[in-house]
Amino acid sequence: MRALVWITESGWEGCVDQAAMLLAPDAEVTLLHVAATDVEGLVAGGPGRLLGRHPPPRHEREQPMHAIAEHGARALLESARDRLEAAWGQPARSPSGESSVRLLARRGRLEREVLEACADADLLVLGRDGDDRRPGPGSLGRHARFVVDHAPCTVALVWPGGPPAGAIHWPAHLRR
Amino acid sequence: MSEAIALAALAASLAAAIARSRRAPDWAVAVAGAAVLVATGAISLDGARRAFDRLGPTVGFLAALLVLADGCRRAGVFDALGALIARGASGRPRRLLALVFAAAAGTTAVLSLDATVVLLTPVVFATAARVRADPRPHVYACSHLANSASLLLPVSNLTNLLAFAAAGISFTRFAALMALPWMVALAVEWVVLSRAFAGALRPVRGREPPGAAVPAREPAPPAYALAVVALTLAGFAASSALRVAPVWFAAAGAGALTVRRPPRPLELALAAEPAFLVFVLALGVIVAAAGEHGLSSLIRSLLPPGDGLPALLGVAAISAVLANLVNNLPATLIVVPVAAASGTGAVLAMLIGVGVGPNLSYVGSLATLLWRRIVHAHDHDTDIAEFTLLGVRTVPAVLVASTAALWLALHVV
Repeated sequence: MRALVWITESGWEGCVDQAAMLLAPDAEVTLLHVAATDVEGLVAGGPGRLLGRHPPPRHEREQPMHAIAEHGARALLESARDRLEAAWGQPARSPSGESSVRLLARRGRLEREVLEACADADLLVLGRDGDDRRPGPGSLGRHARFVVDHAPCTVALVWPGGPPAGAIHWPAHLRR
Repeated sequence: MSEAIALAALAASLAAAIARSRRAPDWAVAVAGAAVLVATGAISLDGARRAFDRLGPTVGFLAALLVLADGCRRAGVFDALGALIARGASGRPRRLLALVFAAAAGTTAVLSLDATVVLLTPVVFATAARVRADPRPHVYACSHLANSASLLLPVSNLTNLLAFAAAGISFTRFAALMALPWMVALAVEWVVLSRAFAGALRPVRGREPPGAAVPAREPAPPAYALAVVALTLAGFAASSALRVAPVWFAAAGAGALTVRRPPRPLELALAAEPAFLVFVLALGVIVAAAGEHGLSSLIRSLLPPGDGLPALLGVAAISAVLANLVNNLPATLIVVPVAAASGTGAVLAMLIGVGVGPNLSYVGSLATLLWRRIVHAHDHDTDIAEFTLLGVRTVPAVLVASTAALWLALHVV
């Protein structure tokens, strides 16, 4: 069983907990984080949108954005692995002592990177990325919806904060 | 004939500013255009001098503000702001967004939209990464508020500075009239952005406190720089009572930050963006020439007269459209002389239009977009759809609500 778990900043804990329940410690688990480069483009391209302005470059002692993003992704993925191993109650270690949980940090457009990463997975675990207070179409944002619609494998769709308390809003034709 | 030359010079300067070519820098093209207009008699030497005299103080004011903002950066104001935001958010994404809103609205209002775009936004990106928050809502908030929070003070936006000189009102009266429109703009942005990013902002049940995310050692708050900024603001507020032009307070503030932490001379010169200052002056001469030869009467025929609510809405809408066609700086230079004739209300409604309008187009204007298409230059992996969707949901609402608030303020204040 090769499983891919999509780790996002909002609600990765719930995703990991569900993955720990669904998967046995001997599964081949990859934890994936995607840094959205469109946001970096928005930050870096900002000065370019100011007509005629030529702000002086300021690279002294400032970390490039991709380094900041990569560092953040790495820390998040390591926390997710720790949580997964803790939920299993045992570190998933190979005989050589290395963790069998793979960490994968990618950069780019979210939907594309996730779908490419799950090309050879049997199962994709992801969290709903919308408003999770009540069930409904709003609970799935446009990135997760695209991934769910196009994933080439089985998909486990998780409520990151647990199932919502709100009641189902039945459309007219389904009401009793 | 003169009209055609003036419009050609305007188009060439805009094209150069958009293309950002090394071989034909925008300031050089604009200066050459202005020189040609004077040489061909499209604008008299006196006319050019009048445009210079009109814009000179504004450009000096702008230079002082740019140096002030850069001084704040060197003093570590933005890094301290980032640390403050990270600590205050205490792991709650919605509170983080509220703090980013406050920081972006304050930075834009006091140190201008350039400071938010160039100096604050990268800090907010890094802060979001540090506290493990999805950076999207916070970066989009900075990007939006750089425009829509630039309504409050004459110093919040170059377009405000240009109009402030023409509107003939005091610094405090400008702020008093624009306070309500500014707050309304912030409220609309908050409602739309916090709904659009509801998923990224939801509180996570069962999340442990993010102890490791907050740095153990925080930079000391740059008290001196903050005091200088506060005193500069106080000077602005007192400027009309003291009968001292606000530009002198900006210069004093910039000087105080420079003396305390002297940058290298080249660094100081670059911080004032001399090329941009020359570009604004030359563009002012070109627009004055184009105005004399028909552009002003064209705008006059488009703008609804008077200062009733429908007229103000019309001025704001037309200004927003113009800003989206040719960018907000040329739009302001073109509309200001005409709007000033209609009174303070029309000038401020125009500022709402050119201030908020640019949130509609990712690259600033249709002209820029067309250019990017032509040269196939795209920002890597930009999500124009997301940006445009947010713009469509905020810009019309902010335009209408803020202009209505302005109309109210004009009657009450």
